[in-house]
Amino acid sequence: MPSIKSLEDLKRIREEALEKRKVKTAEGAIQVTVAMGTCGIAAGARDTMKAILDHIENHNVSGVIVTQTGCIGKCDYEPIVSVVVGAEEKVVYGHINPERARKIMEDHVGGGKVLTEWIIPA
Amino acid sequence: MREIALHLLDIAENSVAADAKNITLTVREDLQGDQLTASVVDDGRGMSAEMAASVVDPFVTSRTTRKVGLGIPLFKTAAEACNGKLVIASEIGKGTRLDVEFQHSHIDRMPLGDLSSTILTLFVAYPKIHWLFDYEAVSADGTKNEKFMFDTQPVMAELGDMPLTEPVVLTYIREHIENGVGRVQAVSNG
Repeated sequence: MPSIKSLEDLKRIREEALEKRKVKTAEGAIQVTVAMGTCGIAAGARDTMKAILDHIENHNVSGVIVTQTGCIGKCDYEPIVSVVVGAEEKVVYGHINPERARKIMEDHVGGGKVLTEWIIPA
Repeated sequence: MREIALHLLDIAENSVAADAKNITLTVREDLQGDQLTASVVDDGRGMSAEMAASVVDPFVTSRTTRKVGLGIPLFKTAAEACNGKLVIASEIGKGTRLDVEFQHSHIDRMPLGDLSSTILTLFVAYPKIHWLFDYEAVSADGTKNEKFMFDTQPVMAELGDMPLTEPVVLTYIREHIENGVGRVQAVSNG
């Protein structure tokens, strides 16, 4: 049965991931949230989400939690992505296509540099 | 929205918003019967019959229905334009079931789209929900039948508190989904 073999694989993968996480210093968790209301999805939020996940895989980025939220009432700024680094204040970005998402992953999540030009005005 | 898979993502988000613990997403491409059917079944808080009737009607929108919004009426219109239909059954406290049907070969039918990304997105974003993804295809002559069932519970039991967004874990899950969906699509693409 392939499914059982595949769960065996998962056990090994989990061990591997645990090792990698240990190596990573405790610099505080990073949370990336993609808004996925109807407005977000229609504006391309799934592709933005996929770009973020692909970046995590391709650049082996450990310690980032990716999650979703519904419509936050700023539909004209969709797709919306917010980033929280450790105890820092949440940064909310608007019009985040896959290309911008990759830039956010590199500069903000990876390098700690906030991309002020894409922040949604409060 | 240009893909059935995006509409299904949108519908599943409604289930999440209704506090569902278990959500089953089914897609079936039956080329022999010339049908594409999909359903989203949840055990969320459900709706009254009146509410369930109103969410499919784009002209009955009030602030209280804003959570459901335009997603369902648009999907319903798309299905009806392809000799299909969209039906919602719901019971307060029990959950909601949405069924949609398209004529598979209809010229106006939007593509199924990137089902793998929809599944991956839902699972990664809501790992605490017990998801069951069920995708099946039957070939035009009825001789080939392929099925991909992905139950997230055994995966979560194995992973414990390991986040799905750890790169190696993410690769495993993405490949598992893409392989399964690809296997079924080998049949549905003829």
